[in-house]
Amino acid sequence: MSNKKKKKLTSVQQEYHSFAKKREPQRSVLLNCLRAFLVGGAICLLGQFIQDFFLWNFNFTEKTAGDPTVAVLILLSVILTASGVYDHIAQWAGAGTAVPVTGFANSIASAAIEHRSEGFVLGVGASMFQLAGSVIVFGVFAAFVIALIKTTLAMLGGS
Amino acid sequence: MLHGHQTWVFPNKPAILSTATVGGPFEAEGPLADDFDILHGDLWLGQDSYEKAEKKMLEEACEIAIQKAGLQKQDIQFFLSGDLMNQIISSSFAARTLAMPFLGLYGACSSSMESLALGSLIVDSQSGNYVLCGAVSHNAAVEKQYRYPTEYGSQKPPTAQWTVTGAGVALLGSKGEGPKVTSATIGRVVDMGLTDPFNMGSAMAPAAVDTITAHLRDLRISPGDYDLIATGDLGRVGHRIAGDLLKKHGFEIPEDIFTDCGILIYSEDQPVVLAGGSGCGCSATVAYGHILNRMKKGELKKVLIVATGALLSPLSYQQKESIPCIAHAVSIEYNH
Repeated sequence: MSNKKKKKLTSVQQEYHSFAKKREPQRSVLLNCLRAFLVGGAICLLGQFIQDFFLWNFNFTEKTAGDPTVAVLILLSVILTASGVYDHIAQWAGAGTAVPVTGFANSIASAAIEHRSEGFVLGVGASMFQLAGSVIVFGVFAAFVIALIKTTLAMLGGS
Repeated sequence: MLHGHQTWVFPNKPAILSTATVGGPFEAEGPLADDFDILHGDLWLGQDSYEKAEKKMLEEACEIAIQKAGLQKQDIQFFLSGDLMNQIISSSFAARTLAMPFLGLYGACSSSMESLALGSLIVDSQSGNYVLCGAVSHNAAVEKQYRYPTEYGSQKPPTAQWTVTGAGVALLGSKGEGPKVTSATIGRVVDMGLTDPFNMGSAMAPAAVDTITAHLRDLRISPGDYDLIATGDLGRVGHRIAGDLLKKHGFEIPEDIFTDCGILIYSEDQPVVLAGGSGCGCSATVAYGHILNRMKKGELKKVLIVATGALLSPLSYQQKESIPCIAHAVSIEYNH
């Protein structure tokens, strides 16, 4: 916890924080990193196989094969989400399933399923980006800033 | 009758004429499965939303409790109930079906004992002959409202708890056979500045300790006067902290009489529950099912149920507010 946050607490509260902290089980960072590496790596390896499959069997270049590969991974993730398996894998894998494109698909699919009971317009349509929305907003904004920097540098370079 | 600062003693000893508990598929796999009246294999209960399923569980529990006592709906004067949904829709909608005079309560997961304490007060003061007290929670409905969509893949920390899918109802009567409610202590709101909604046990433990010590102080008794003191849903993490806190304040409770409903309801080989069970349905089903059954068998004579509640909302959490907590204690005695 940051010091700024701690300053607002009374001494009794601060004492309790350290009292409770000693008695709480901690997350194992090392184990979580290892699991995230294994599962995240396995998903990327699978992606590589899918990409090679498209390269060998269809008329794709290395650049264009990326699109159907991502589509297949998204489809797999949505199927696993809908069948109620993805959240169990994620509890074990941690960031390993959250970071790749499958995690993004899961966040949208799970929200869409969850809010189906409120109907298509007010439920599915309005709520499916409740988790993914901030990723899109800040992703697009970050891309814009990077593009701005790149263009400025290129202009300064005088090329 | 007020005793001390915040404890009611009920000289007329309202009787728990009957109780009913309804559980979901996950509770059916737990060690207390035999103590439920109905266990549902399907989280949806044949309804088209989880919220409707939650309401249905409460209706079922009410019906069974009334039936067990050999009464009719019209005989019940008041229905007191609470749940975790926004605007306590499960309780209100069940009250619509039951068509009884209704008081909706919100004390988060402490609603179970809040309703029993108030119900006992009504019966004890002869303001009602039969009062129905209940609480309900549904895992998927609560996850949806307070946390993430149920199928969202995020890793929960080991301090997180699993909301119980269940409804527990007790029917109180001014006379009749059954366990008697003898006293109740209404808790204060305690906020130790904790902000993590995935660590409710640590947040609620001080509230439980505050209410237990107040209860013992007001009645001038010691923990040894009880055969069992069960907190509502502190889970393994909160239970340990509460035990150590009580020791620190000079109220050590022996481990064999101190337990937690959130630990009892699930077994060790259900790892997905992490630190244990939580929710309104947790204390309600364990107290009205398992613990009262043990009393009826003669294994326990005097118990104290301390239902704990975290009074946060998803909005207050997002606005970086800390989690205020509360606990209400009710003592139940049964002499054969």
